[in-house]
Parts: sequence; structure tokens; C-alpha cells
Amino acid sequence: MRLALLALLARGPAHGYELKQDLEQLLGSAYPQPNVGQIYVTLGRLEKTGLIEGEDVEQSSRPNKKVYHLTDAGREALRAWYEETADEPRVRDEFFMKLALAPQTGLADQIALINRQRRQYLNTMRQLSKLAAAEDRDNRISHLLIEGAMLHLQADLDWLERCQEELEELQ
Amino acid sequence: MSESTAEVLRAEGLVKTHHGEGAPARAVRGVDLRVTRGEFVAITGPSGAGKSTLLHLLGGLQRPDAGSIWLDGECTDGYGEARWAVERRKRIGIVFQFFNLVSDLSVADNVELPALLAGVPPRKARAEREELLAELGLEGKERSMPGELSGGEQQRVALARALVNHPPLLLADEPAGSLDSRGTREVMRLLSRFHRRGQTILLVTHDARLASAADRVISFFDGRIADDAELDGGAPTRRTGISGVLELRD
Repeated sequence: MRLALLALLARGPAHGYELKQDLEQLLGSAYPQPNVGQIYVTLGRLEKTGLIEGEDVEQSSRPNKKVYHLTDAGREALRAWYEETADEPRVRDEFFMKLALAPQTGLADQIALINRQRRQYLNTMRQLSKLAAAEDRDNRISHLLIEGAMLHLQADLDWLERCQEELEELQ
Repeated sequence: MSESTAEVLRAEGLVKTHHGEGAPARAVRGVDLRVTRGEFVAITGPSGAGKSTLLHLLGGLQRPDAGSIWLDGECTDGYGEARWAVERRKRIGIVFQFFNLVSDLSVADNVELPALLAGVPPRKARAEREELLAELGLEGKERSMPGELSGGEQQRVALARALVNHPPLLLADEPAGSLDSRGTREVMRLLSRFHRRGQTILLVTHDARLASAADRVISFFDGRIADDAELDGGAPTRRTGISGVLELRD
């Protein structure tokens, strides 16, 4: 969330609650929203490292609010973020280890493990379909997020299918 | 409703081996299956697992080497070609991957034809067709020929044709297999909508996104059922699941 907050501040100064609302509006209801506490904690850390600066603004009849702006170092960090490409998605290590080691433990059947894992993915896929159906049709960013999650799950399900094909032959 | 009528489809001990060139391919190797009224069941599995063959057996498009099929509790063992053709107009609607519309009939005629063949009076067939095409967003396309429509539109016409006689069972064989992502979502939305109204659906697909619209998913491997799971869509068992796959981390 660190860099997402820096990116939101690139547009201009804002306070914590505004940033939370901007994030919600952009990403839609599909995105598990950070609570406002997390946002304040992250802003505090960013200020400590000199990437943003906060200024207290007086409010009539309410406590002061802190308005943050990006520093030069913050803008540089953001630029560096955009220069980098992101890491590739990974195979689920934990499940892979379970599957690979199952025959040696004598505690679990590989096909049963695959079936259980598939059920979980399919249930999650179903929830994502429901979420996509419920989400505002015009929020493209939100739909792209859900579709991305679905395509990743699809890839994991395809991979489970491959595992099953290979391992069933051995049994 | 008695138990036998609640069971739209039952299969026991189905076996089918294809004898082509080379070694015989054992496409279906002993399948038992029950589908009850109102269920939406998806059969998934890798290509070549035999899932399309299974659907063809269930729709009477191919005959099993062994095993039996019951429709609404009635054994179909004695059915010949002609009887199956009648059932496919009345009790079973089918949609295919490549739509299989009659290319030199208009959209309207494609949809009305199975109703007329089933003995529905022309006026009623037209009314049914109008209602379905409107429902599927195809108003104004009645006089079009199938070749003038997009893939997604052709599949919607095929869906209208399959449902025009209100069959208790809809079979769908890779209905989004030749559609793009948008067309896939559209098919998924329509199947879900008909299901909510009580349509019993058996869907064969390799696409897990499409399968997740169903409330029961059968995993088919190497001619056999490997798993048969009800999807509840309820809360995931652990912290992972839906928020785990949507959360963006840096």
C-alpha cells in the first residue's frame, strides 16, 4: 500500500481519509479495502522515511487534520517504482510441497489432495463470478481486477489438472 | 413430486469406446450420474477426457456400449434413432460449441423450426420465438441469416432454439468454446439466468470460469468421474480465498 499512497499523492496534497476514499472509488467493492488505521500507520512510516511531509491544518470545531504532500525523494521513489517490472506469479509453494511429499509421508493421497484443492479454487471462482455480477458495470478497473484473479485461478486449476493427469497414470 | 420425476436424468454404468484408426479409445469408462430438477451441473476436465462423448450419450446422439440412461425416470434402453430425435425436441435442448444453426434459414425460422416439428401451432411457435429472442437481446435480428451474426449472437440464437419447447433438461457442450472473453461472460450470464428460473442444465466445459456458474462441478478424467463437488460459494475455509486473490500487495 506504501506505493499506492505515494501514487495518489502525486496528484496533489491530501489527508488520510481522502486517500482511503480515492482508493475505494478507483478499485471498487471487489478490492478488500484497507482500514483507515492501516492508512494512517503507513502514512506515518512514509513521513519518517522522508518520502512525504505532513502539515497540520486547523479545522473549526474539530481536531486538526494532517495534509500530506509528496517530497522530491517521494517522487523519485515513485519514478523508480514505475521503472521496475513486477515479479512473476508463482506456483503455490505450500500446496506443491504437500503434493510432492505426500507419498513419502503415507499420510495423504495425492489425488485426494488435488480434488480438495480444486474444490477450494472452484468455490473461490464462484465467489468471484458473483462479485463480478454485482460490481458496477462501468468500473473497468474493478472488473479487470476480478478478471485477473479469475484468470490466475484458471491457470492454477489447469495446473491441478495436469498434476492429476500425470499422477493418475502412476497410480 | 415423486422421487422419480425429481430426477431429470440418471445414468448407470455408461461405457463407450471409439473404434477409429489405431488403438480403441475408451472415452467413457463406467459412469454413474444423477441430475435432479433445477440443478445446474458442470462437467470439467482436460480435452480428450471423454466429457463431450458423455454428453453425446446423455443426449442420445451416440449410443453407449453398456449402461443405461433414464429420462424423467423412464428407461431409454429401447429408444431408437427416431425416438431420441423426438426427445431432443421435447425433453432435451442442446447447444453446441459451433452453434450448428441451419445456415440457409433465418434466425426466426431456426428458432421456430423445432417448435413446429414438435407440433406446436405456428402462431404459438411465433409467439415463443418472439419472446425468447427479445429475452436474449436479439430483437431486430429475426430476418438475419446466421452467417450475418457474430459468434456470440449465433450462440444466443442456438440457445433460443434449444429452449423453444421448454425442455426439462438443457445440455450444453462447450457453449463458449468458440467465443471471446466477452461472449463467454454473456453465455455465463444467460445460463445463470435460465437456471435461476428453474431450468435444469448440464454443461460440459474446460473453462473453470464457466463451470463456476454451476452449483455442482464434476471433474472428469480419463473417462471417469474423479470428483463430484457441490459449490456453496460460501466463506472460504481460510484467510485465503477471495480476499487472498484480490488483495494487492507491494
